[in-house]
Amino acid sequence: MSNSTPSFVKFEKIDKSYDGEVLVVKNLNLDIAKGEFVTMLGPSGSGKTTTLMMLAGFETPTNGEIYLDTNPISKIPPYEREIGMVFQNYALFPHMTVQENLAFPLEVRKISKSETQKKVQKALDMVELGNFGTRFPAQLSGGQQQRVALARALVFEPRLVLMDEPLGALDKNLREQMQYEIKHIHDRIGITVVYVTHDQSEALTMSNRIAVFNDGIVQQLSTPDILYEKPENSFVAKFIGENNTLNGVVKEINGSTCEVDLDNNYGVVKALKVNVSEVGEKTQLSIRPERVSIDSNNNGPNTFTGKIEELIYLGDHIRARLDVCGNNEFIVKVPNEGSFSHKEGDTLNLSWNSNDVRALDI
Amino acid sequence: MEDIISTAELLTTDGIPLKRSLKKAERRNKIRAFFLVFPLLLFIVVTFVIPIGDMLMRSVDDSQINTVFPNTFEEYKKWKKGEDDLPPEEVYKNLFLELANGDKRQIGKALTRMNYAKSGWKSLIKKTSREIKKIVKKGEEPVSYKDTMIEINKLWADPTYWYSFNQMVNERSSIYYWNALDRTYNEEGDVILQDEKRRMYIKTWIRTLKVSVYVTFFCLILGFPVAHLLANLPLRYSNLLMIFVLLPFWTSLLVRTTAWIVMLQQNGVINGVLVWLGILSDDGRIQMVYNETGTLIAMTQILLPFMILPLYSVMRVIPKSHMRAAQNLGAKPATAFWRVYLPQTIPGMSAGGLLVFVLAIGYFITPELVGGKDGQLIGHWIAYHLKTTLNWGLCAALGSILLFVMLIFYWLYNKIVGIDNIKLG
Repeated sequence: MSNSTPSFVKFEKIDKSYDGEVLVVKNLNLDIAKGEFVTMLGPSGSGKTTTLMMLAGFETPTNGEIYLDTNPISKIPPYEREIGMVFQNYALFPHMTVQENLAFPLEVRKISKSETQKKVQKALDMVELGNFGTRFPAQLSGGQQQRVALARALVFEPRLVLMDEPLGALDKNLREQMQYEIKHIHDRIGITVVYVTHDQSEALTMSNRIAVFNDGIVQQLSTPDILYEKPENSFVAKFIGENNTLNGVVKEINGSTCEVDLDNNYGVVKALKVNVSEVGEKTQLSIRPERVSIDSNNNGPNTFTGKIEELIYLGDHIRARLDVCGNNEFIVKVPNEGSFSHKEGDTLNLSWNSNDVRALDI
Repeated sequence: MEDIISTAELLTTDGIPLKRSLKKAERRNKIRAFFLVFPLLLFIVVTFVIPIGDMLMRSVDDSQINTVFPNTFEEYKKWKKGEDDLPPEEVYKNLFLELANGDKRQIGKALTRMNYAKSGWKSLIKKTSREIKKIVKKGEEPVSYKDTMIEINKLWADPTYWYSFNQMVNERSSIYYWNALDRTYNEEGDVILQDEKRRMYIKTWIRTLKVSVYVTFFCLILGFPVAHLLANLPLRYSNLLMIFVLLPFWTSLLVRTTAWIVMLQQNGVINGVLVWLGILSDDGRIQMVYNETGTLIAMTQILLPFMILPLYSVMRVIPKSHMRAAQNLGAKPATAFWRVYLPQTIPGMSAGGLLVFVLAIGYFITPELVGGKDGQLIGHWIAYHLKTTLNWGLCAALGSILLFVMLIFYWLYNKIVGIDNIKLG
């Protein structure tokens, strides 16, 4: 996002502690532009849901201020924030029909009956549940309930929609389908969405930008492709996608690249200098499995050998677990071109481009 | 296509009709299931179905006295009360003979029954019997049985004694039910109100219903917040609170009731504290026990757990996210509570309400001990007639009405809330 766009949601120096001893969110600064789909991604206990609850108004920041449309909102109660929310287990009201559930936010806003009816029908049509209005939530499948929850969060035209792991309770196929549906609805109506998940593929599929949370701190905030290809620290590298690691010590720094002595004298790797600053520092190297080539006759830098520990046939590619430089969890993806004839126990020649190896913190 | 399926009988692979094969396979399970429930079934029949059936029978049964005085009653029914002041000679004659020849023990039983209809019967007949025996011993046959009996005791010329026969002349009668509602028969056999000084049941019925409704209401008002706390506090505190709720439950009913007497009586703890604080003067101590107030306070406290536990079990499963979702959708906390939380607790409220009401309406020990004269519920009269007057017919009628009232409330409840909505845990 360019800096000229004024931020729609702004977290400024937010700290949050429940017990006065542990900070669950530390110095959070986050800007979200209007119409953006931002995902907060992180393992459980990383502070992402707390951040969302502060935005919704159910938790108060211990320090700092949240701005919505340039207005501070910490003192505004949740029911006046005009923020829609999809809860983890949908929180549909079981004693109301689907229609009544959707009409609820309109009724409390004292919108006329006819208008309410029109809006409810429109919202139901949007999630393709036009004929389900008179049913009770318990009579719907998980995916349908999910859509009703989505429609309810959108029906009163909020300024912002929050989603707290909304797909967590669905099975895999439905989850993928719903990911696309949510994304399409977002594209169509252009509303700002803040989405919380611990599922990285969900985050990559749907988001404009992803904030990776760990330990109460945003580790990296970026678009999906940059997060995957250019992780800035070892946590992001490990959390997003599959990742091979090798540990070592920085031997030499040459501008944007560096040379790293692997532990236990396995050799020297030429890598991009990302998160190291001086010679002698310990570092963790990160290489994506698909960037490792095998059986190359290349005698340049970054050529190594690996012993095959395990082969897993996956159809379009073969997944090989190798023992490389003392790391026996080294994964290589071999495209299934029909020419791979190695067995478990064989030794492979490996090489990789130094631009694909990132020297990160340890 | 459908026709083929419906007309062709389904067969198993071996060619046996599927239904027969299924029945055979299930038979063993069914027999085993029956034997497992058999002890309970027997227990229910012996302790529940038979006693209640017996009670219902007794409440309308008047056959014993009809076996003692069959001929008298037969003749009595022929008496035209508009024309003659006293019954015809035949009635006197049959009564005379039946008293002279009847089984002494059976007559004794019948006398007790007659005394329920009109007090004085017992002594009148006992005196008369003695004289009749003398006459029979002498071998005399009275010229006029009527005159002879009136000569023995002039009460035989009092028609009100004869009118009370109306209540007994049928083997099946609803007189006990009318009695239980402060009504009786007049000389024509029509239903009329009892004498003013004998009316006590209607008053007690109304008080019973009133106290039950109040107790249910107070239990709901007091129990709802407690159940809410129980369901929402962290486990550590809610366990402690649960013990406080259950502790009185584990204490003897008698101990709790007498504890209330200690607390509430005029020289009791509460009055003492109020006087000590200067809120009451020493002469202005409030009478809080041995009246309706005492009954209400003690019964509310004793029945409170029956309200709290069903409410708690329902509230525990209402997700906390619902209140949040309602507020997020723009409802103020009060609106969110009223429209989202409260409707979801209806199964608990109604289960607790029905439980407390049904228990309250038949409550006995507590009102008996703390109720004094104005705080008695209908259970008091049932026990009184059961133990003191031995009028089991009236007892049974009072009990049957109680059962009937409960069934009405159950029916109403089912109509309004739906019995499927009940939730005890």
